Amino acid sequence: MDFALSSDVVEFRDEIRSIIREFVTPEIADRMHTTGVFDAPELNLELGRRGILERACPGLGKGDPIEMYVMFNELEKAGAPYDGLAVALMIAAVVNKLGTDEQKERIIPSIISGEALVCMGYSEADFGSDLASIKTRAVKDGDEWVINGSKMWTTLAQVAEWLILLTRTDLDLPKHKGLTMFMLPMNTPGITVEPVHTLGTEITNATWYDDVRVGDEAVLGDENGGWRTMTTVLAFERGVMGGTNAGVPLLRHFHEWAVANGVFDEPTTRERMARSIIDMQVATLLTMRSAWIAASGGMPGLEGSMTKVFAVEAYQRASRWTQAAAGPAGLLQFHEEGAAGEGFIEYDARHSPVMSIYGGTTEINRNNIAERHLGLPKSR
Amino acid sequence: MSVDLGLSPDQESIAELFNGFFSNEAPPAVARAAEPLGFDRELWNKVIELGAPGMGCAVENGGGGASLGDLVVVAETVGRSIAPIPLIDHLAALSVLTDADLVAGEAIAAVAVRPADANGHWSLVPAGAVADVVIGVDGDETVVVRSTPPMSGPRNHGSMPLADRSAREGTRTVLGPASLFEVVLDRWKLLTAAALVGIAETAKELGVAYVKEREQFGVPVGSFQAVQHGLADLPVAIDGGRLLTHKAAWALDNVTDGLIDWANNEITDGSTLATMAFLFAADGAVMATDRSLHYHGGYGFAEEYDIQMYYRRARGWSLILGDSTSVGLSLADRLFGTVEG
Repeated sequence: MDFALSSDVVEFRDEIRSIIREFVTPEIADRMHTTGVFDAPELNLELGRRGILERACPGLGKGDPIEMYVMFNELEKAGAPYDGLAVALMIAAVVNKLGTDEQKERIIPSIISGEALVCMGYSEADFGSDLASIKTRAVKDGDEWVINGSKMWTTLAQVAEWLILLTRTDLDLPKHKGLTMFMLPMNTPGITVEPVHTLGTEITNATWYDDVRVGDEAVLGDENGGWRTMTTVLAFERGVMGGTNAGVPLLRHFHEWAVANGVFDEPTTRERMARSIIDMQVATLLTMRSAWIAASGGMPGLEGSMTKVFAVEAYQRASRWTQAAAGPAGLLQFHEEGAAGEGFIEYDARHSPVMSIYGGTTEINRNNIAERHLGLPKSR
Repeated sequence: MSVDLGLSPDQESIAELFNGFFSNEAPPAVARAAEPLGFDRELWNKVIELGAPGMGCAVENGGGGASLGDLVVVAETVGRSIAPIPLIDHLAALSVLTDADLVAGEAIAAVAVRPADANGHWSLVPAGAVADVVIGVDGDETVVVRSTPPMSGPRNHGSMPLADRSAREGTRTVLGPASLFEVVLDRWKLLTAAALVGIAETAKELGVAYVKEREQFGVPVGSFQAVQHGLADLPVAIDGGRLLTHKAAWALDNVTDGLIDWANNEITDGSTLATMAFLFAADGAVMATDRSLHYHGGYGFAEEYDIQMYYRRARGWSLILGDSTSVGLSLADRLFGTVEG
């Protein structure tokens, strides 16, 4: 095996690092937690201006999955707000693959320039893991589609320019087959956005759709082919767009605090820290494997499930022990005097639970591994 | 140079050759029959025919010139089959030894993984019961001692050929300062890590096969989600351990002045990675054998079933280096520097 990045990728990584040094300042991190918007427009614009978003986007530019892994891994390790960027790039890739020429021209430039974000309307109040059962309806009315329903966890809807929306278009077909995906501007009349405040400072949304009218130009992929569009989205994510190394900045924050407070010589702490560092290294290797499989022309879906289960639980373990080791200082929030890790220890303890829930729960991922990797019988 | 996380065609052939060899020549009954000593001379003689004992040595010394990545592949097959031969120890010792009889496998070498005490006494040397040559640290020197192996030792959890050996009695050669031994110990940790990945792999296969077959309440027990989720963690630990082990091999073979920049998760120092791989693979093997044994139900506890042999070796092969806290703290020293005072 070879674990060295090619010289091209090293150059690319160094460029990302220099952009991070300039644009991911403590003020940006502070703003992300104050506003609840995990996105930095100035960072996106710079990445867009330098052609990096186009270069990293699957199917466009270079589209090297190793570079995509490197980009998001660097952003995540730096504690940069990258959630908006990850979704936008993933959707740009889907539009590029499944969209019409007209859609590509209309949508992709706005994303790869770093100007426009996309929010995802998949889950509903009653349907999370059981996504194929969603009820939001799109009904044909002459040349138009009329959309009615509501979505949950429509993160970044308050700032996004685009919405990708999963709807039910045929009630008579089996549940996976009667779905259609739409891609429409967020300023389309009939869309209402209500904030949902979360444990982890991020503000997500509930969104309502009341007689939202769009034409066929908003259908992404085939009519009643929404599930295929959906799986295409997930295939582009491949588990390489961050979400696997969140413990790295956490360990850095904890270490700085522990050294400054003279408590880092404690053997228990040193051993736990060493073991969490092993976990972070394994998590990044598993992520790199997914990127390598994708770069070799494969589809690392199952490997993504494996990586996510491991990486998320490793981060949660690290969050648990660092907060416990910090004691009362681990309870103090951002900007409070004496807060461990400048408040990040407390923050990570609130943020880490969501990681085993969104984007496929660990239970769903373990089902995938059990059924598709181990070949065990379907359990439900 | 660019990322390539697959085995090379050569390594695929090596894996096929050794997996085939061990499944023919060392099915679980062989490991079982070799207990409690944990050594089968006949199997060792057969593995000599494959050129395995000297495969990591330089070609000019009569060896096979294999890379560490190649040896990792071999070591994993040893773990998969729990073959009762000290190939891991021998390959590790031969990172610095070049004696012709060792390269040929006519004599067996062992690694005293912990330094000798003040009296020059190495305690519980893995493969110490059967090795003709032992390499280890005595005081501030790395020494090699040739002496007659006892061919017996204390009965132990992993049915390993352990024995106490002297660092001073026998034909003793001083190889150099104690620091020289680091290369040997790194390789021992690396190859043991690979073997532990192999143990976990077989434990997973045994467990999965059993739960597909065994029925309770009229259905295979493998259809229960509680069982599935316990088993689903195994391939993750196995793949993670394998990748980390191969990364350590790659770094030891290719990287000089590697990074130990844990704060940015950039670690390319081979010695550090070897310890990381060892700790991670040990945890993985313990977990995999634990769960697999448990999902066998009562039969997993029965001596007749093979999983118990894997369960004991997962612990034996890793704990022989030292308690896991000490190994974890030695890694901490490497990552963060030693604690002053």
